Amino acid sequence: MEYDVIVVGGGHAGCEACLACARKNKKTLLVTSNKENIADMPCNPSIGGPAKGIVVREISALGGEMANNIDKSFLQMKMLNTKKGPAVRALRAQADKVTYKQEMLKTLEDTENLTILEGMVEDLIIEDNTIKGIILEDNKKILSNVVILTTGTYLKGAVLYGSTKIESGPHDERPSKFLSDNLKKLGFRIKRLKTGTPPRIEKSSIDFSQAILQPGDDEKHYFSFFNNKDYNVEEQLPCHLIYTTPLTHQIIKENLTKSSMYGGYVEGVGPRYCPSIEDKIVRFADKERHQLFLEPESIYYDDIYIQGFSTSMPHDVQEKMVHSLPGLENAIINKYAYAIEYDAIDSTQLKPTLETKIINNLYTAGQINGTSGYEEAACQGLMAAINACLKLDNKEPLILKRNEAYIGVLIDDLITKGVIDPYRLLTSRAEYRLLLRHDNADLRLMDYGYQVGLISENDYNLFCEKRNNINKVLDELKKYLLNPSIENNKFLTNIGTQEIVTTTSLYDLLKRPEIEINNFKDLIELNYDDEVLEQVTINIKYEGYINKANKEALKMLEYENIKIPDNIDYNNVHNIAKEAKQKLSEIRPTSIGQAMRISGVNPADITMLMVYLKRNK
Amino acid sequence: MNDTITAISTALGVGAISIIRLSGKDAISITNSIFKGKDLTKVNSHTINYGHIVDNDKVIDEVLVSVMKSPKTYTCEDIVEINCHGGIATTNKILELVLLNGARLAEPGEFTKRAFLNGRIDLIEAESVMDLIDAKTEEARKLSINQLEGKVSIIIRNFRQKLLELLASIEVNIDYPEYEDIEVITNENIKKEISNIKEELNKIIVESENGKIIKKGIKVAIVGRPNVGKSSILNKLLNEDKAIVTDIEGTTRDIVEGEVSIAGVLFRFVDTAGIREAKDLVEKIGIERSRNEIFNSDLVLMVLNNNEKITEDEKKLISELPEQSLIVINKNDLISNIDIDILKNKDVIYIDTISIDGIEPLKNKLIEMFKLEKINNSDYTYMSNARQISLAKEAYSIINDVEIGLKNEVPTDLIEIDIKRIWEKLGEILGESYSEELIDQLFTQFCLGK
Repeated sequence: MEYDVIVVGGGHAGCEACLACARKNKKTLLVTSNKENIADMPCNPSIGGPAKGIVVREISALGGEMANNIDKSFLQMKMLNTKKGPAVRALRAQADKVTYKQEMLKTLEDTENLTILEGMVEDLIIEDNTIKGIILEDNKKILSNVVILTTGTYLKGAVLYGSTKIESGPHDERPSKFLSDNLKKLGFRIKRLKTGTPPRIEKSSIDFSQAILQPGDDEKHYFSFFNNKDYNVEEQLPCHLIYTTPLTHQIIKENLTKSSMYGGYVEGVGPRYCPSIEDKIVRFADKERHQLFLEPESIYYDDIYIQGFSTSMPHDVQEKMVHSLPGLENAIINKYAYAIEYDAIDSTQLKPTLETKIINNLYTAGQINGTSGYEEAACQGLMAAINACLKLDNKEPLILKRNEAYIGVLIDDLITKGVIDPYRLLTSRAEYRLLLRHDNADLRLMDYGYQVGLISENDYNLFCEKRNNINKVLDELKKYLLNPSIENNKFLTNIGTQEIVTTTSLYDLLKRPEIEINNFKDLIELNYDDEVLEQVTINIKYEGYINKANKEALKMLEYENIKIPDNIDYNNVHNIAKEAKQKLSEIRPTSIGQAMRISGVNPADITMLMVYLKRNK
Repeated sequence: MNDTITAISTALGVGAISIIRLSGKDAISITNSIFKGKDLTKVNSHTINYGHIVDNDKVIDEVLVSVMKSPKTYTCEDIVEINCHGGIATTNKILELVLLNGARLAEPGEFTKRAFLNGRIDLIEAESVMDLIDAKTEEARKLSINQLEGKVSIIIRNFRQKLLELLASIEVNIDYPEYEDIEVITNENIKKEISNIKEELNKIIVESENGKIIKKGIKVAIVGRPNVGKSSILNKLLNEDKAIVTDIEGTTRDIVEGEVSIAGVLFRFVDTAGIREAKDLVEKIGIERSRNEIFNSDLVLMVLNNNEKITEDEKKLISELPEQSLIVINKNDLISNIDIDILKNKDVIYIDTISIDGIEPLKNKLIEMFKLEKINNSDYTYMSNARQISLAKEAYSIINDVEIGLKNEVPTDLIEIDIKRIWEKLGEILGESYSEELIDQLFTQFCLGK
């Protein structure tokens, strides 16, 4: 065997996949059509945001690369939802697209056991339903034990604007023309999806005086749990906010049928969560204006990305649209907006490990599975790689549960519910979001990262120390009791809270909204990292809610623990509805918990399935 | 669900005929094997067939057998109903024969469970069917029918829709924090919405408690010294000689239940053995049971004799009476020797069991105590079973959690977690969210047979 693992595609999923495999000492090959486009961000110049930012933290805790890489290449850092509770706080970075690519390529090239090859994969070598390797465009065969497909939008990629349709990946890259047909022949159900990107504007042609400044945070933030390097908050680049004008809306309405979407040129299904500007104007006709964010892409070139302005209008209409925006009257468009269509496989044909059900040792990750977003792609690449390596080593797979990680929510949604439009992770998709916080991703997942061998001994020890410190402080606060003496009550009055009438622990006092942990710094040892004190504070202040969430999660896990055997024949399960029978046979859930989440399977079906399982025990 | 189940589906010992019902794929062949008449396996569906039930060659009873074939039946399975003559012995004998020939005795509620599992009816309907069968008064029947039409479902669905809109608005704020177009939901907004729902839900719970009264009836224990006239009061209410009334002390040893409809509501009266120190074992058991009855009833009627002084035993009992109790002084046509001072702070009424309408003051008092007039004027669109009411109460208590959170200035997104739980609880009332306990508990609560 030439390689243990071949990763096809060098996007965000592919980078995580090949790095994890190589770091786990697997001889790994990354095949990409163009080395220059490794870790490219063909759409928005940012990483993180609600839910997604937490995924990046989870990637860090599991030993992935995305968090490190964005920490090395950001232009601006911003914590979102700071006025809300800790559960929904999310970090977002504006990325320097050039630095991001360069840093990732450097990391890849510095990694042992990893070879990068430029080439186009057109077919797979399969024997006895097991992957044996790949066939390149020039018919060259490369053998391996595992193949991970992370092909992004390149499967039969087609770029659209107006009535023009060009077979292409992003940046005029060549698409993979035959791989998806070959996957279809193997029995994969292929879907056609669509996404889009806005125009890029020459920075010097924009008059920013009319725009509202959107600076980065004055406080420093990091995605990674390790080796956080100091930076100067003053050097962050700002974004700007502008609004569409009545003229913009008029131009779009008048030219609607010229767009690829409304002209009927698009076959793929677009994302509901990220509509094009023409979609917004049609669907929300009474809205007078829409927000647009002007975001820098890099310090090495002058493109400004207009977030919220994705369109598939022909180029001449795009010119008019852009010029109707305040401050962009004389703007020069460096790159026109386009829609892109691509093939994806039906993600319900995947196991929870992201191995395909049809072909052994073949894994898929990222947009090929119907997701959208760099973070969604990266975490799948990482999980596919971890599970492929565990399988090669004959070890139990790592399946993250819905109460453990957003990654668990994402993968479970993919394999259980499938996707209709490109899947974006949202906080509302997580039932236990209070447990899945930005601040505790390491506490949730770093044990796993260490166990699978992607977290170094040194990093793990540092983490264990942090965890011990958190427990130590929690313990101290519980043990330290204040009696209602005059002196103690004077102390409480001084820190701005009500007096006590019975003996109370500092732990319980900290539950009062007006009290901060640092109020107790003269009473107990609090000389720890801010992260430790933050953890302690969150755990105490939101204890009631956290306990409730844990209780709900335990209830869910009970159903998760009722396993359904692989070989179950749903034709033998009587009295379940036809639709449910069909869905269950297709998706083949591994547990009752998963079965319950399949749409079209109702409670009565679950009852009958459980009766059947009990009887056949 | 491969086996055939059976049960006696009419009340035992009452009525001119009894029905033994079978459901399952062998329902027809099992019946046929003990039936002398037409070959039931060859008759058309939904026919009634005359013949005899036989045990070998011995005729047990003359019967009419209804044959209903799958799927257009209550359970969606083959159903046979054997209409026989009502005696307990005959009915039991036929049931025994059916069981001997391969049917299994149905678990409580199993016919309805099958109807539910075969997709014939939804959860609220399933519960309503059980209520309808249980309905003993006209008001209870009306209530069951209204539920069957889904009025409860509509109200709860409205609540859920309102909550869902609130949830969506909060979540969209979390996922799209920078979009100004969306109204930011503050704790103030939540407070307003949630207090509206709280008020309405509370109304439903209160009305539902009344609904429970309509369906389950009110249990009334009659207690008092031996021979004070408890059985006479009961008989007067029931208009029948169910309790044994004699002049010898201690003749009422068993707890006698009688049911009577007052203002459309079912009252279940329980006569208790006269409370005093028992002389023999049988009486002792009776006395212990009457003490239990006191604690398990909705109302205790303590009966006293007008022409006698209150004894030490009675004083003790009066002091032990629960809050919901009423002193009934009997035989008010005789001379009054009773020391009324002891009864101050107690609810007291006078009745007699000799004149024709001597019991009316008691009936009127009951209507007043349980606000029955108000119940009768309602439109019966509330929940009437314990499971639904208890879920509604859980939802209500989570609303309290939300209000506490709002008071403590907990961030909106945490409060939203509780709002989501309210939404889920209300969903459980409709059977829309899944929970294994729900299904199990639901069907074990059902009465035997259908």
